[in-house]
Amino acid sequence: MRANYKVEVASGLFIALGVAALIWLATEATNYGQDMGEDIYIINARFTNVGDLKDRAPVKIGGVSIGLVKSVTLDPVSFEAIVEMQIDQRISQLPADTSAAILTSGVLGDRYVSLEPGGDSTLLVDGDQLFITQSAVVLEQLIGKYLLNPANSDEE
Amino acid sequence: MFTREGWVSSVMSPFAQTGQCVLFMFRMLAGTRLSIQLLRNTLQQVYLIGARSLVIIMICGFFVGMVLALQAINALEQFGASDQVSLLVGKSLFRELGPVLTALLFAGRAGTSIAAEIGLMKTTSQIDAMELMAIDPVQRIALPRFLAGVISVPVLAGMFNAMAILGAVIFSIGVMDLDTGIFWSKLQHGVNFGQDYMGGVWKSLVFGCLVSLIAVFCGSTAKPTGAGVGTATTNTVVLSSVLILIFDFIMTSFLI
Repeated sequence: MRANYKVEVASGLFIALGVAALIWLATEATNYGQDMGEDIYIINARFTNVGDLKDRAPVKIGGVSIGLVKSVTLDPVSFEAIVEMQIDQRISQLPADTSAAILTSGVLGDRYVSLEPGGDSTLLVDGDQLFITQSAVVLEQLIGKYLLNPANSDEE
Repeated sequence: MFTREGWVSSVMSPFAQTGQCVLFMFRMLAGTRLSIQLLRNTLQQVYLIGARSLVIIMICGFFVGMVLALQAINALEQFGASDQVSLLVGKSLFRELGPVLTALLFAGRAGTSIAAEIGLMKTTSQIDAMELMAIDPVQRIALPRFLAGVISVPVLAGMFNAMAILGAVIFSIGVMDLDTGIFWSKLQHGVNFGQDYMGGVWKSLVFGCLVSLIAVFCGSTAKPTGAGVGTATTNTVVLSSVLILIFDFIMTSFLI
């Protein structure tokens, strides 16, 4: 019985060690637990074009990440893209005339939403919408404009 | 029906074997009686086939992580993107290499020993003796080994991945002087918990079932001779390796 007991302890330890490794990997080496939790509020913004903005893309002010994109949906009536953003509750002093722009990190990097605080004295609250937005710059459209617009080349 | 010699039996025998194997699994699982004895036996097998495989899994994992980092840095340096090394290492480990290599190593280290042990028990008439004592050998011998394999493979895959990440950290930060913070932040932002990590866990669970089922089945159906035990051991490794890779493709195409 004693010998058997040792074996049971050893196998228990083995399983505990393995589960610990799995948990360590999940918390340290994946994005597990990086959802914003409860201390968030949600704001919306409408864009005519979001480029390839994805869910979970960062929302930044001055380059500092303050939230995540929760969802990107299409308004079925106006055909505008609605971007729902979760913002950290600690950044609750955003003016109501804050503007949003979709930018790219680096030349070919991922899209993110950049917020530019305005000067309004009223503040944004949960569920508010941003009215001043700047759509994503789509590289192909830009190139197409320069290549196919003869007026542009005549001027130069 | 297909026992006569000739092309019919040779064409049909893989199907017959598959059918036998599935029936064996149903017979094994359907007759399960939860008891302290079963738990004891399973734990003992977890120690014998799981814990005793830990060292080889950890060493292999460590070096797989190192070589992945080495290859990735070499390739990514050409684009000036060696910062992305942790993302490449992490994603390929969690999704593919961790579960698959662990299962292959497990088949070689533990699957063979299960098959040989059961085959030898058959050869030395221990199984017959059990049946005479009205002990069901499938429940007493095969089931604990099967369950232990199902428990062990995901746990071993976790250890494999952890050691591989460690190996990649040591190589890329210690040897190649990459930045520690960038390494971990790329990993934490790029590796998706739901798809990359849990996908790998599901895979290793399925591979665990597959390898241990094949091992106990090959052992139980071995011819009770020395050559029969040898064939059973070989079949275990060959069948598990092929089926692991086939199931890997099938599961990946569903998980993505």
